[in-house]
Amino acid sequence: MGDGQQAAGHASPPQDAPGGGEDAGQGVGRATLETLGFWTTAGVLLASSLGVVLTRNLFHSVLYLAVALVATAVEFLLLDSAFLFGVQLLLYAGGVVTIVVFAIMLTERLVGESIRQTSRHLVNGAVVAAGVLVGVLGFLITPDVPRPPVEGDPTAALGRALVGPYALPLELLGVLLVVALLGALYFARADG
Amino acid sequence: MNLHAYLVLAAMVFAIGLFGVVTRRNAVGILLGIELMLNAVNINLVSFARFHADLAGLVFTLFTIAITVAEVALGLAIVIVIFRVRRTVEADHLDLLRG
Repeated sequence: MGDGQQAAGHASPPQDAPGGGEDAGQGVGRATLETLGFWTTAGVLLASSLGVVLTRNLFHSVLYLAVALVATAVEFLLLDSAFLFGVQLLLYAGGVVTIVVFAIMLTERLVGESIRQTSRHLVNGAVVAAGVLVGVLGFLITPDVPRPPVEGDPTAALGRALVGPYALPLELLGVLLVVALLGALYFARADG
Repeated sequence: MNLHAYLVLAAMVFAIGLFGVVTRRNAVGILLGIELMLNAVNINLVSFARFHADLAGLVFTLFTIAITVAEVALGLAIVIVIFRVRRTVEADHLDLLRG
């Protein structure tokens, strides 16, 4: 949030105060930092994603997924969404990865050996994925959009939207979560 | 960074996740691929929200994350039940409903 407000300050039209030049210099420095951060995070994200789908050890696959989820969280931070950064870390990297690790260890304990996973139809999968990638990238012929300055506090605006126009979907989401977790509990109970 | 950089990154992650879903044999591996695809969608939503200054993208990302958590919990519960019954999590062996 502090970053976002800083960005808003830098992006505002330069004042005629003598510190204007220094201000612009800091803005450029921040843009370079953001570019550097983006490419670093993008590299980590793509590499760990490939690790998720290519490694043979299922447990390593989950660990690569955790790295990919954290990299996604950093992307959110670069997009000035500090709140979603926190949510992503807590729910995804904290919650989902823990559940998956539990499930894998549970099944491995039951079967008494480590599960090696193999892939099939590698060529077909690559063709399908590449086709979808080309199809999605085809939509990028639209003109590029420059980055607008941040207006106000994104987290506060998000909070107001959640209890304002999106209050009903939020409540329904709570109901959905309760139903889904009760269902999962019912499936996984001991005396199945 | 412009909008297209984020969109290209999200598209590539989505394609990688799709590759995982298509090629994995293990049901848990397929779930992990779905996770990657949902993440790519989240990056798309957040970058559109940021570059078009529209809050709806952030709200929908929040909803997507919550629904994904529910989906993972339910999916893994089903995987564990299937494992108890059939002693396998290979998607190819799960042909109980084949006519």
